[in-house]
Amino acid sequence: MESTTITQIAYLISAVLFVSGIKQLSSPATARSGNARASLAMLLAIVVTLLDHEILDWTTVVAAVVAGAAIGGILARYIQMTAMPQLVAVFNGFGGGASAAVAAAEFLRAGGSGPALELGVGVTIVLGTLIGAVTFSGSLIAFGKLQGVVTGSPVTFPLQKTLNALLFLGVLLIGASLAHVGVANSVAPVVGMTGLEISGPFFAALVAGALILGVLLVIPIGGADMPVVVSLLNSYSGIAAATTGFVLNNYILIIAGSLVGAAGLILTQLMCKAMNRSLGNVAFGAFGTEGQTARAKTGQRPVRDVDAEQAAMVLAYAGSVAVVPGYGLAVAQAQHELKKVCDLLEDRGVTVRFGVHPVAGRMPGHMNVLLAEADVSYDKLLDLDDINAEFDSTDVVLIVGANDVVNPAARDPDSVIAGMPILDVDKARTVIVMKRSLSPGFAGIDNDLFYMDNTLMFFGDAKDQMSELVKEVREA
Amino acid sequence: MGELLILLYIFVLATLAGKEVISKVPPTLHTPLMSGANAISGIAIIGALVVTGAANAPWVKVLGTAGIVMATINVVGGFMVTDRMLQMFRKR
Repeated sequence: MESTTITQIAYLISAVLFVSGIKQLSSPATARSGNARASLAMLLAIVVTLLDHEILDWTTVVAAVVAGAAIGGILARYIQMTAMPQLVAVFNGFGGGASAAVAAAEFLRAGGSGPALELGVGVTIVLGTLIGAVTFSGSLIAFGKLQGVVTGSPVTFPLQKTLNALLFLGVLLIGASLAHVGVANSVAPVVGMTGLEISGPFFAALVAGALILGVLLVIPIGGADMPVVVSLLNSYSGIAAATTGFVLNNYILIIAGSLVGAAGLILTQLMCKAMNRSLGNVAFGAFGTEGQTARAKTGQRPVRDVDAEQAAMVLAYAGSVAVVPGYGLAVAQAQHELKKVCDLLEDRGVTVRFGVHPVAGRMPGHMNVLLAEADVSYDKLLDLDDINAEFDSTDVVLIVGANDVVNPAARDPDSVIAGMPILDVDKARTVIVMKRSLSPGFAGIDNDLFYMDNTLMFFGDAKDQMSELVKEVREA
Repeated sequence: MGELLILLYIFVLATLAGKEVISKVPPTLHTPLMSGANAISGIAIIGALVVTGAANAPWVKVLGTAGIVMATINVVGGFMVTDRMLQMFRKR
């Protein structure tokens, strides 16, 4: 058999391993072996590629792989679990960056003369560069927002959408001139060049435009909408990889890339559904900037506040407790203290479960990772529908750093969060809200839950208050 | 055009297969799914290896090498951190 046939068969095996590996990720019991299987698939694809293709300079290739593996390995091994959203964003950016680099290198290798390329090749090179570069800069901005380097609030300015649309059209026109000789010949005279001269400067403009576009698409998106953005960028990085597969005529690139594209798209849809908002609304809505007027109302209505001792009493003498974690838990890093409280309660015979909203936190499944880190058994984590069926028969709900996802205003058709699926915590007998202050959540609206008769406000930093709670529950 | 069409077939079918397989992932595993999928998007390393291996000009080599470094960070870091997370998902 010739080597290309062997390579193609190896790629096929790799594709099967990728698909079955992802399939195994759908159950906590098999997920770890699924991830191992996917990494085996990757290794196989890399090895056969190295064997099949002529490598002119092994030193450079090996050095690059070793450097990348060392950086990635160290980051993965030593990063704090709480920094997971940023890490996922930055890895994602590198994936997109790699695809853009491949497409750009292929453009140069083909002689650097776009319009002279075959149409199909030209289009895919342009798309690969565009999507890869948008993923790269967009992910880095997402990283900056999650890390706190860039403001988490939506950044908006006048005519933002118009500017984005114009830039997008401009980038498309540049891309079209690079990919199609006819477009090139009609656009080139406008900038005083001939169709063949535009390649270099236009390609540079394409890369620059795409990088700026990535930045502009992510900066208007606020912190709590990050799960959507992170999923979407994840999808882009897959599509970018698949596009380079078109450029290089490589099946495994297309298959693996489109699997990631599909995964990211599904997560994006799930996140949007969990907020009852369209993707367009998340991308361009700059949510959380309005509602300034609602803020004024805050604090004018009476609330019942409790201290650690009273909260501990209520929890310790309950039959069942449901904990609702939110981003505030991650910020305060109070997950370990929370676990201690839950352990103490369970020792007393209290049933403890967790209700996790799909968009709680800054990435899909953020709360689940946080609680898993604190050693909470995953079968105690219930998703929206399951926990909502239980609130009727729950004695106490303990809300830690969550706000909009428990706001009954979602049931009011006139509210900005109207129709968003929420955790129906107000159906429980007693609700304890652990929160720094009465300030509104990301949506910028007041939360009626805080003022209900069966709600107790437990103010303070989640970590400090949780430590107090550990002490008090122990003594209760 | 025939070759391009085959590639398009593969792309569409793989996307549909991905949708089928992934739509059943429970919310608990959303982060590992995302981070595992993220590692898989590092498949761009294959493209980077091909391009760098056949580099015929300095700039091609520079871009290709940058691609290899970025993709390897994505692949190695992504799979390792996913494994680290999944280790924590235990049932007691």
